[in-house]
Formats: sequence, C-alpha cells, structure tokens
Amino acid sequence: MKTCWNCGRATETDQGGAPLFCPSCKSLQPPPSDYFALFGLKPRLAISPDELQKTFYELSRALHPDRFVRKPEREREYSLEASSVLNDAWRTLRNPVARGEYVLKQNGFDIGEQRSKNVPPELLEEVFELNMAIEEVRGGDEGARPQLDLARANFGNMLGDVDGQLETLFRKWDETQSRDDLAAIRALLNRRKYIQNLVSEVDALLAPAA
Amino acid sequence: MNVTTNMGTFQIDFGKRDRVVGIDLGTTNSLVAFMDFTGPKIIPGEDGDKLVPSVVSITPEGHVVVGNPARELLMTHPERTVYSVKRLMGRGVDDVQQELKLFPFRIAAGSESVIQLALGEKTYTPPEISAFVLRQLKKNAEAFLGEPVSKAVITVPAYFNDAQRQATKDAGRIAGLEVLRLVNEPTAASLSYGLDKRKNGIVAVYDFGGGTFDISILRLHDGIFEVLATNGDTHLGGDDIDNLLLRIALEDVASEWNVDPASDNELVQRLRRAVIHAKESLSFVPETVIELDYHGRHYARAIDRELYDRLIAPIVERTLGPCRECIRDSGVSVEQIDEVVMVGGSTRIPLVRNAVERLFLTRPHTELNPDEVVALGAAVQAGILSGEVEDKLLLDVTPLSLGIEVMGGVVAKLIHRNSTIPASATESFTTAVDGQKNVLIHVLQGERELARDCRSLARFDLKDIAPMQAGMARIEVRFLIDANGILNVTARDKRTGAEQSVDVKPSYGLSDEQVARMIQESFEKAEDDFRERQTREARVEAETILRATERGKLNDAWLDLTDDERAAIDRAVNELLVAQNSDDHHVILSKIEALNQATGKLAENMVNTAVRGALKGTKI
Repeated sequence: MKTCWNCGRATETDQGGAPLFCPSCKSLQPPPSDYFALFGLKPRLAISPDELQKTFYELSRALHPDRFVRKPEREREYSLEASSVLNDAWRTLRNPVARGEYVLKQNGFDIGEQRSKNVPPELLEEVFELNMAIEEVRGGDEGARPQLDLARANFGNMLGDVDGQLETLFRKWDETQSRDDLAAIRALLNRRKYIQNLVSEVDALLAPAA
Repeated sequence: MNVTTNMGTFQIDFGKRDRVVGIDLGTTNSLVAFMDFTGPKIIPGEDGDKLVPSVVSITPEGHVVVGNPARELLMTHPERTVYSVKRLMGRGVDDVQQELKLFPFRIAAGSESVIQLALGEKTYTPPEISAFVLRQLKKNAEAFLGEPVSKAVITVPAYFNDAQRQATKDAGRIAGLEVLRLVNEPTAASLSYGLDKRKNGIVAVYDFGGGTFDISILRLHDGIFEVLATNGDTHLGGDDIDNLLLRIALEDVASEWNVDPASDNELVQRLRRAVIHAKESLSFVPETVIELDYHGRHYARAIDRELYDRLIAPIVERTLGPCRECIRDSGVSVEQIDEVVMVGGSTRIPLVRNAVERLFLTRPHTELNPDEVVALGAAVQAGILSGEVEDKLLLDVTPLSLGIEVMGGVVAKLIHRNSTIPASATESFTTAVDGQKNVLIHVLQGERELARDCRSLARFDLKDIAPMQAGMARIEVRFLIDANGILNVTARDKRTGAEQSVDVKPSYGLSDEQVARMIQESFEKAEDDFRERQTREARVEAETILRATERGKLNDAWLDLTDDERAAIDRAVNELLVAQNSDDHHVILSKIEALNQATGKLAENMVNTAVRGALKGTKI
C-alpha cells in the first residue's frame, strides 16, 4: 500500500495504480519512470496521436516546474523529475518507431544498432544496384541519376509498406501481448531502419542538385 | 486519463505572494518589468528612461556608474567603461578575439576559464559587470514599487549554451537576486504579444537584437506556448552593423585627418556613437550623414539607404540560414506559419523586415516596441511563477544537443537539440582496467560529430569507485537539463544504489566558490553603499540646520539670549562644521542633535517674537 510522503495517507485507489497527486492533500507524489504509466496508459503500441497530445498538454499544465516554484523543495524535485520523464515520454511515444523500440526494450529485447547494418536477404539485389548507382553519381556520372530517382521511389514505397505492416502488428500485439508478435515487430523495425538509412543517403546525394 | 490537480485552492495557504520582476538583460540595453493588475509594465529608471544602457563604468574613486551616465563616461573614460559585455558571458578568451579588437577595454591575465576585464586598477568578470546592471534594475524596481525586490526572471538568447546561461544566473546571484527562471528571449516575447488570443496556431519569433540573433517557432494551444524548434547565432546583431560602419568611418578619418584612430579611444567611441546615430536614422529616412566634430575637426560622410542596404545585406542574409533550419526542424511548412513577430531593435531596419516577409510569406508584426517586448514577456513569466497568471504555460526546448565524448574523440548524443525541457538521459559507465577508481566523463554541447568541434561544457570525475575487476562497476549517470536550460548531473552506483560523488570542472565559467566570494563582496559593497548614503543624508541634514541657525542669528530673538547661550550655539555650530567632514554618519548626527539642543531656546524665542510681531499688527 503506497502512502503519501506529505500527509501519510493512502494514495492508491481501489482500482489500483498510483495517482500522480495525493487524493487527500493534493501534493505531487514521486513520479513513475515508466512512460505509459505516466500517461495513465496500459503498455500498448497503437496510439492515437491526437489523444496523446491532449494528455501531454494536460500533464504539462499539472507537472511543469513553473507550477511548483512556491512549493516545498521535495515537491519541486518531483516536479522536475516528473516533467523530464513526461517530455522524454512524449518524444518517444509520439513516434511509432521510437515507441516500438521502447516496448521492445521494456520486454527485454535487444535493439542494438548492429542489426540495421546487415542487409536483409530479400533486399540484397536492390541494394546492390542502388549502391552501384550511388557510386556512379558520386563519381560524376550523371547518367545514373534517373536510376537513382527510381530507386528512391522504390525504397520510399517500401517504407510506406513497412509502416502499414507495423500498424497492423502494433494492433495485434495490443490484443495478444505475445512475444512472437514483438519478435516480428523487431524484425520489421530493423528492416525499416535499414531502408530509412538508404533513403536518407540517397536524399542527401540528390539534395544539392535539387 | 484523469489528472486531478488543485492548484487554485493552494495559493491561499501561501498568503502574500512574493514580488517577482522580469528582466531583459540585453547586449545594448536592459529593462525591468512587473505584472500590474492590467498586465505587464516596464519600470522606468531614476531618469525616467525605460531603457537602461548595459554600460558600466568604474570611476577613479572606485564608484560604479551604470546606464546613461556610464554611456557618457564611455566617451571620456573608455578604458574604464564596459559595454556589450553580454557577448563575453560564459566564453573563453579564444572565443572572443575577434570582438576584442573593437572593444576599448583590456583583458587581464588569468583569463583562461573566465575572462577578466581590467578596468582601472581592478579586474572584473563578465558576470560581475552584468551584476552591476542587474543591481541598478533591482534598485529602480524597488524605488518604483516601494518594496524590496529579491526574485527575478531573467531572459537569455534562446541559442545561449549551458555556460552562457550559467554565467547569467551567476550574475543574478551576485546582484542579490534569486533567479527563479531563465527564459529564452523569443519565447518571452511571444508571451507579451498576446498571441494566445488567437488560441491556436503556429507562430515564428524573429529576434534580432544588439548582439544576438534568435529564431523560434512555436505552437500555441489554449494558453500553452510549445516551442517546436529554435535556432540562432549568439554572435550576430546590431553591433555587427555598427562595427561595419565604424570601420568605414575609421578609414575615412585616418586618411582625411592623417591620424591613427586606433590609438585614440575617445575618437573611436565618439565615431561609434556617430555611426549608431546614422544607422538608427536610416531606418526612417532615405539618407543621412555620419558626422563628428572632434577637437576642432569635422568629419562628414553622406550615406543613403541604397548603399546602406548593400553594406548590411550579408549580415541580414546570415539570419536567414538559421531561419530555414528552424523551419525544417520544427516540422512545419512555411505556409503553416500563421504569424511572425519581430523582436529586438535591429528589426526596425527596413531591409530586415523585407527579408523576413519574403522568407515567411507574411507581413511580420511590428505593433509593439521591439525594445520592450522581451521584458514585458519576462514579467508575464514572472506572473506565471508567482501564481498571478494561471492560464499560460511555456514549454521551451534546448537549443543544442548534449553529448559525451567516447572512443576516438567522437561525440555520443544523449539529448538532442529541440527536445522539450526539462529533458533527461541516463547512461551507464563502467571501468576499463582492474581496480580503476575514477571515471572521467567529458560533456559537450553542439551538433558536430567530433568532440573538438563541439563546445566543451565540463568534465565530470566519478570518484571513489570501489576497486573491482574491469567492466564490473556500474555507474549510472543521469543528465538532466532543467527548465532554465542548465545541465544537472547526478550519478548512482547501480550495484549499491548509493549516490556516487561527482567532481565537476566547468570548462568555462565561475566555480561555486568564486560566485560565493563575489556575492560576499557585493554584500560588503552594498553595506559600503548604504553607509555612504547615510553619510550623505546626514550631511544634508547638517546643512539644513546650519542654515536655519544662521537665519536665526539675524532674528531679534538672538539678542534676547544670554552671552553663555550664544557662546554654546557658536560652539555647537563649529563642532558640527568639523563633524560634517566625517564619513561616520553617527558623528554627524550626534553633533546635529547637540546643535538642536543648544538652539532650543533660540527657536522658542523666535516663535514668541513671531507671535508678538503678529499681535502687534492686530487691532484689539
């Protein structure tokens, strides 16, 4: 049973879960470090951005250090802590990729950078051709440029496909909460990161000419 | 989601709210403002001027002069006078070589981590100079409000790094102010513009001041001012235009008068004043003359808007790069930006207004005085902190990425720029060799990949790690950027959960001990100042009673006194005349009291004489 640091009375409600503010004396309690808990959400991957933004603004109004200037030092510290977690959580949860990685990490999956450097087998041929075109354009062969544009469009479409699949998997995991689905999400995220890196590289190459 | 808050009822428990003022500590001018019942108001100085020039002069007697009088001393005593010190805040000597060429004051020895300015016989750091300006603003506010002022919100350029922010906070502390918040200038300006009346939308704030340039893009949402991105240049402002024109004027004078102006500080400062005057005129008239009469010589050069625009175009152009980057980082398109707000004196320049309008495809707001909007916004933020303003909230961002140096001199980014603050990151560190007791962490700020291209903030030494096998130690370090944009670092031994001691060596700036000493000195100084004032007041009082006594001697009542009584008064007068030169107000006051005693009878007689005289003229 959690109790309030200030008035000593119980803070937990019958439904469980610790509120951010003591129901009795209204003082700010030590904030949770879990992003979902802070947003008052169960861990989930399909999130409406508008809903998330609304909650972010509400919580900001309640937790920002500006609101605690005249409060006791302990509450001021909780406020600083709470709003830093809130802002970190907002940055992470509003971005589907960061959100997916956060849930993977929470569930003990390794999301190292290394994986995104290995070429996914099914993309080997396309990546090889793309790299050729990149080399040629870098070498001053403008003739390879249409090929590059084509590849850019191709990988851009792939990115869209991956995002669609991610959305489906996100909703599926919210239902099942199974590790198999998380494993599939990780594979998809790695593929996405790989493609994203390629797209960024091509964009950087095309940008000065544009 | 259910958030239960009850802020409203809490305020009653805290009784009277402490007064918090808002301060714009500018490169050229500084202002102080407060929240009136009707809204934010600028507090004028003793001379009625709202702008206090950020100029400080130390007289040969060691007195500190601030503001308009110091600006005059800049002409006659340039080597004892400092201006634009904001450009030196939180910087090292190597950073400011360029600017120093045009400053009249000298850098003293021992300026490695903090610049030391030599003014006459003493040296001062930039935070101490800024503290003089802040103390003047504090004094102005206290005189105007009739109550002590000890809490403030101070604004800083959005693009200020950690060291520059820390230096500003130090200045506040040295001036005897508790700095409740550092607010970014463009964000503060958006608060004062009443932009939230439009409820929701995207706003850009273009802030081109005396020494710094900032651009911020914000989203307004029911009273929340959320900064999406910020960018800028802390070394770009009206000063640069002054220097450009000054260089031309100096060359002219050198050839026309056949002198070396570089060796004549007074000439340089008078020419500077002349070009600033011309610059300001050119915002309103199509042509003007840079003119100076100096020791019987005359200099004049006509300059029209066309030539002026051509000269300053590269400077104006330099503001547009950060604008484009900021738009890109904010994730909005130019078309989505609903309003553009102009802040800072340099936005009066027509070329600047045109450039902004062309880039943002909208006519910028220029309704409010660009010199005052930042201070007014600081006062609004002060109202937010004191609880007077409840419907507004600023969510600002950190302008620069924060990282640590890893293998090969590469920077690993921990907190990315444009992250909403407060923001944090936690990183685990371990030992590389058996029995290692210290881990050194080098923290940097900037966007570049290599440590040598970023700004070194500090070196943190994790000390007293229990000796163990390499790689076994687990020290968790938490980097937290607070709402002021200032970094806080805490470390914990993950195995024991115990707080890990951290030794901080800031790369640029004052140590805590140095600040503490300066605060102490300023208190002593304040006591000196107070004593000085008491002495002056006692002297004035002495003067008054001496004059009254002289007048009394001409009265008939003087003749009514005994010889002894007249001798006692003469003695008391002489003693007071001597005491008047004393620096101890107690001595003066005691002699005033003695003269008061001695003249008691005389005063009584004078009243009686007056009554008799009055009666004489009355018919009974």
